[in-house]
Amino acid sequence: MSADSNNGASKSAGNAAWEPVIGLEVHCELKTETKLFCGCRNAFGDEPNTNICPVCLGLPGSLPVLNIRAVEYAMRIGLALHCEIRPSIFHRKNYFYPDMPKDYQVSQYDAPINVNGWLELPDDSRVRVERAHMEEDTGKTSHIGGGGRIHDADHSLVDYNRAGVPLVEIVSAPDMRSSTQARLYASELRGILVATGASDGRMEEGSMRVDANVSVRRAGTFELGTRCEIKNLNSLRSLGRAIEYEIERQIGLVEAGDKVVQQTRHWNEDEGVTSALRSKEEAFDYRYFPEPDLVPVVPDGAWQAEVAASIGPMPAERREKLAGLLGPEVVSRARADQIATVVEHGLDGLVTAAVGAGIDTGLALARSSNEASTDPEAARRIDVGGFVALLGMEQDGKLSATQSKSVLIEMLEHGGDPVEIARRRGFEALDSGSLAGVVAEVVAGHPEEWERYLGGEDKLVGFFTGHVMRASNNRADGKAVAAELRRLRG
Amino acid sequence: MAGEPETSEPETGEPNEHSLTREDAAYVARLARIDLTDDELDLYAVQLAGVIGHAAEVAALDTEGVEPTAHPLPLRNVTRADEPRPSLDRAEVLSQAPATEDGRFRVPPILGEAL
Amino acid sequence: MTGPGPTDPGPGARPSPALEIARDVRAGSVSAADVVDRYLGAIDEIDGELHAFVTVLHDGARREAESVDLKVAAGGDPGPLAGVPVALKDNMCTRGVPTTCSSKILDGWCPPYDATVVERLRAAGAIIIGKTNLDEFAMGSSTENSAFGPTRNPHDPGRVPGGSSGGSAAAVAAGLAPLALGSDTGGSIRQPAALCGVVGMKPTYGTVSRYGLVAFASSLDQIGPLTTTVTESAVLFDVIGGQDPMDSTCLERPVPRTVSALGDGVEGLRVGLVNELVDGVDRAVEARVRAAADALAGAGANVEDYSIPEFRHGLPAYYIVAPAEASSNLSRYDGVRYGLRVEAETAEAMNAATRAAGFGAEVKRRIMLGTYALSAGYYDAYYGQAQKVRTLIIDALGAAYQRFDVLVGATTPTTAFAIGAKVDDPWAMYLSDVCTVPSNLAGHPAISVPYGTDESGLPVGVQVMAPALGEPVMFQVAAVLEASAPVLGPPRVHAR
Repeated sequence: MSADSNNGASKSAGNAAWEPVIGLEVHCELKTETKLFCGCRNAFGDEPNTNICPVCLGLPGSLPVLNIRAVEYAMRIGLALHCEIRPSIFHRKNYFYPDMPKDYQVSQYDAPINVNGWLELPDDSRVRVERAHMEEDTGKTSHIGGGGRIHDADHSLVDYNRAGVPLVEIVSAPDMRSSTQARLYASELRGILVATGASDGRMEEGSMRVDANVSVRRAGTFELGTRCEIKNLNSLRSLGRAIEYEIERQIGLVEAGDKVVQQTRHWNEDEGVTSALRSKEEAFDYRYFPEPDLVPVVPDGAWQAEVAASIGPMPAERREKLAGLLGPEVVSRARADQIATVVEHGLDGLVTAAVGAGIDTGLALARSSNEASTDPEAARRIDVGGFVALLGMEQDGKLSATQSKSVLIEMLEHGGDPVEIARRRGFEALDSGSLAGVVAEVVAGHPEEWERYLGGEDKLVGFFTGHVMRASNNRADGKAVAAELRRLRG
Repeated sequence: MAGEPETSEPETGEPNEHSLTREDAAYVARLARIDLTDDELDLYAVQLAGVIGHAAEVAALDTEGVEPTAHPLPLRNVTRADEPRPSLDRAEVLSQAPATEDGRFRVPPILGEAL
Repeated sequence: MTGPGPTDPGPGARPSPALEIARDVRAGSVSAADVVDRYLGAIDEIDGELHAFVTVLHDGARREAESVDLKVAAGGDPGPLAGVPVALKDNMCTRGVPTTCSSKILDGWCPPYDATVVERLRAAGAIIIGKTNLDEFAMGSSTENSAFGPTRNPHDPGRVPGGSSGGSAAAVAAGLAPLALGSDTGGSIRQPAALCGVVGMKPTYGTVSRYGLVAFASSLDQIGPLTTTVTESAVLFDVIGGQDPMDSTCLERPVPRTVSALGDGVEGLRVGLVNELVDGVDRAVEARVRAAADALAGAGANVEDYSIPEFRHGLPAYYIVAPAEASSNLSRYDGVRYGLRVEAETAEAMNAATRAAGFGAEVKRRIMLGTYALSAGYYDAYYGQAQKVRTLIIDALGAAYQRFDVLVGATTPTTAFAIGAKVDDPWAMYLSDVCTVPSNLAGHPAISVPYGTDESGLPVGVQVMAPALGEPVMFQVAAVLEASAPVLGPPRVHAR
């Protein structure tokens, strides 16, 4: 029962007797200016307890008033997930915890705003989305003493800056059957959330929090097994590893004749295991009842249409559009990955502009996904005309590939015009005559390797290209060198 | 109706069909997070049963087809613009707190995990 | 003096202390400072016996009076309630001033903000003179549930003033403040008004902002005026009412103008005398209610008996809905952010010990009741059903208002009872609310008008109920009742 990460393939897929059943619950922070029910700033990282007011602090006499942009973002998410938007109300979920200013959370229960949606994944599988509802976030507790964990703490400190931040909770049906599929769902969902403009989708920062519900059942059966909820998944990689571990753990239990206990489990990234949280005596009774301080939200057709019109294309549609630029060429795995990277970082505009200006699609994709995506934020701000011009210089042979990449990096860091940068740095691709001269010199200097290349050792192209690059201060274009070597060989 | 003498006598401790045991009362007190002594639990068990007994006539009503009223008002879609308003002065808020540290509210160690 | 002035009480009308003060202060013939001194003096002299006030704002009131006087001197408009002292029930937030809800759990807590009604009173030039005593967290009908001791009825200090706004009612009755605000969830303005012989009014739900009112039962609570006269009640309602962007349950429509309808009389109005608000009340109360009905008939109204059997279910439904909402509203008192804290080993233990020490018996009882009613397995039978009973009552009232313009009846079944008489039997105390809860459940306005006394001289109140936003016709009828009511002499305990 190794907890080591597999290399992406589902280890448990090898155990054909058992079928994993996985559902994901994703809490996503909305990118509004202010909180869900008050005008305090929705900001990360400010001094503790500086973005608080009577409402989000839950002071006696305070009342909530709903942020209209939060409703619109919730609707955008619902529409992007093909949900039905329904009249909805808020409920109170009652429980005590120091990070809860009112000791109840305002959420949505049996009348949520978005229901019955689905998400199509890049592997063509479809996962149903049961609901996506609005709720308020809690404050943050820090545990002091005892290494920061709750168990051995001496005391705790609470910051309510985050209390009242708007969340949308997206609950999938238990439709996933492997950790790979779950990762794909989370990744695709993140892309959608970012594309709607409603959220940042940053798992590491906590603006997108994923919990996994995992159970197993005998292959070929339909009844659901007992499930465990896994929390503390701070990256897609953790998500995959944790689900793999949990599947193995549960299979181990049931094969040994034991029962899986329904519980919440915490993923420990360092040790690579899930462990049960302190168990509670009884299943908790939240005593849900309709929130009397808020009135129903009934988005009429006109409002829904307005929101629908404000959303741009989703990642799937954008990937399809980029793939279309390749023409009838079958999209290889490598190309598909490049396309996915470009869409993930919002760099479609660069590719389409370049292709529209006559740049080879493969080159446009390569420079966008390999180089530009190293600094996505800068890449989204880069001067598109400059980018296209640069690629044009490379395509025309005025710059080598290496030189082109180097100029691009500088443009990302400092901006600037590619022609001017190239001139300042003395970049100029070698013309074919000079290139032939340098290649001839290098060949002459390495007779032994030349013999071997003539004998058919094609991989020595790299060796010769490296020397040619050094000898020419990287002004040689790699493809041109290879072509010249082949010409010499005859 | 108004002012009629009561016919049930909850104070005698006679169990009516809506009786609560001490354990029932203790469970409710745990949910409500209030420490109650055994005497208080017993007293509340009796008193709650008394009030519930009166409420039972409501429970027994035929309300088929009747919609519940959560709000006496027909309001819908009451919202505000996503615009910042001034927050409170932290010092004023913390001055009212029982215990603070580093600009945050301080509490004793928390037993349970966050949900 | 620019801007609208207060209503002129008119010849032959009852003395309206608040309106006279405002008229004189605006005219410059009396200073707000003198007015405030007079009332502070009265409070200092007799409130020791009455205990209507939890906090008296000597310095704050004097400062506010000074700024009113400066405004008058500068020729500006000091507002329609210029210089009028107002007492506020101590469950309304006043910035920097203790707001205790008469509970140990909030003893000494000073809110960092003002309730909307407080802002509106100040904008009208009124002076906040003090915070008045109440049943803890507004739960009770006698003000005996205050953690700081009961308030006494000025007519007979051995008796209760009613509750939960007993302090506000007693303050007005005893001449310690010309105006007061209370809150009404199941009758908590009207019932003490009836027991103390003053006018108490619960507005249509949603016409007065609840922002800054410490919540008891959110779908039932409303702030309302306690005054000497009906006119003052209408004026105060106009000042505090109206849309508030801080309260989602506050209506967008402007509050209907009420003062202009006051003199319209009742000729041709259809009045229903509700059987369920007369049967079973004390004989003296019934006698006064019937006298009131006769007076309305004499003034030209068409008065008929009418039965609303659904009212029978009001009290049990109320004692499910109100405690249920309260149990949730009071969860926030956990010792973490403000108020009382009883230290313990863990946060959980600290919460439980704090709430045990900080809440009184009635509050604990209602939290327990509400928690139980909402808990799994009981929600549908109790809370769910109670919300349906609200619908039945609303529908029944809707039918009634097809036939009648207003409904009348008793405000409460008895006159003021002795302190200590009902504390041992919760349901006996809850019965005080039986005539008042239907309007809370429906969200409709209702007013209690003093209408004579019983044989011992204890005040009796008569209740006028109207449909939602029917304040104009309600006040109209109340004014006629007031004009025909015997004038009460000052109570035994009263400011000179």
